[in-house]
Amino acid sequence: MSSGYYPRDLDLHPKAYTPGYRTTVLRSPQKALIGFDGSITEFTGPTFGHNTIGEFDNNLIVNYAKPGESAIGERIMVHGYVLDEEARPVRNTLVEFWQANAGGRYRHKKDTYLAPLDPNFGGCGRTMTRDDGYFQFFTIRPGAYPWPNGKNDWRPAHIHFSVFGTAFAQRLITQMYFEGDPNIAICPIVNTITDKSAIDRLTARLDMHNSRPHDMRAYRFDIVLRGKRSTMFENRKEGN
Amino acid sequence: MPYAPKLQESASQTAGPYVHIGCMPNTVGIHGVYDHDLGHEMITGDAQGERIKLEAIVYDGSGTPLKDAMVEIWQADANGVYNSPEDGRPSDPHFTGWGRQHADHDTGVFTFETVKPGAVTYNGVTQAPHVLVWITARGINLGLATRIYFDDETEANAADPFLSRIELKVRVPSLIAKRDGNTYRHEIYLQGDNETIFFDL
Ligand SMILES: [Fe+3]
Repeated sequence: MSSGYYPRDLDLHPKAYTPGYRTTVLRSPQKALIGFDGSITEFTGPTFGHNTIGEFDNNLIVNYAKPGESAIGERIMVHGYVLDEEARPVRNTLVEFWQANAGGRYRHKKDTYLAPLDPNFGGCGRTMTRDDGYFQFFTIRPGAYPWPNGKNDWRPAHIHFSVFGTAFAQRLITQMYFEGDPNIAICPIVNTITDKSAIDRLTARLDMHNSRPHDMRAYRFDIVLRGKRSTMFENRKEGN
Repeated sequence: MPYAPKLQESASQTAGPYVHIGCMPNTVGIHGVYDHDLGHEMITGDAQGERIKLEAIVYDGSGTPLKDAMVEIWQADANGVYNSPEDGRPSDPHFTGWGRQHADHDTGVFTFETVKPGAVTYNGVTQAPHVLVWITARGINLGLATRIYFDDETEANAADPFLSRIELKVRVPSLIAKRDGNTYRHEIYLQGDNETIFFDL
């Protein structure tokens, strides 16, 4: 039986209207969100079987490459756990990710940045978490790229993530940054988040322990979804 | 001090202009990685219920349709049951309940081929037939959640616990799609006098 989710702490999330990120000006609702306790609609959500995932879906280095070839760039492994706010694993949930290539260019007709496309890099991947919430994928470190906002704004290197959880109430799209990138602090999109610790939690840590010698470095990134409320086992007297 | 959960939710960030690369790569010409894009088909066989088309347009504050957004919907089957282990009741095996679409390049219309959801009764509470809508795009920092109800369900809508809780009754029509044959049309306004109701998911 579904019993609901912890309310979202909206102060941890970016506000809708953040004029430093100019596109939000015309795309931010002006009226207050309507709060309500949620219903079975929000306490359920789509599930995906492990057979949804192909053998190389979690390997962006090769999943678009010609046979025997691979994407250009720094080879990395990104891994971590999808947990809820009580640190319980979110198991068998779909995690999708997408990113620019090593030069900072997306494989998209609207991306006209000077950096070349890599013929062996598509830029999308996905995986399912294990029973303990663990996920892992292989990719190349994306490049920073300029974007039209202010006169000279650059995105820090980042990977976009989409996570489902077990209920639509947990649905989340976010981005992962890389420890030590000086562009994080000056990015208007990052800075839509006002809580510094929340930005820090979107920043993956270099993980030398899990790096594979002579092959690839590892980055550790955990994702936290909303906590599920405990079911109430309430004893009621007759007639109440 | 009150109890605080062990961890804090990860902050949202915009899906950006290239969300389709990650979530529906085949629609942006990235072929050969996934056989098909998830959420494209909601009806996977001989599903029960009335086949309907749901057409939505999302407008920004200038009245321009968003063409780079991604919209997901989540709904019950024709019997009012969700295809989710969290629901616990057996749902229609030929209906996923979840759809994901991009806008038409020319018109900005999002089209979902689906079945009309049944009224949802759970734990003694009955909700009118409705669809949960979730909008992400460049310029949207946290996915926007709204609902679509149906204009030919007047009685059920009047008794719906979610609609009843909305204090500004003048805003309720912003949640109700209009029927035209087998198609329901719906307009979502991010801003302005007709701003759609968005809720705290
Ligand atoms: Fe990006």
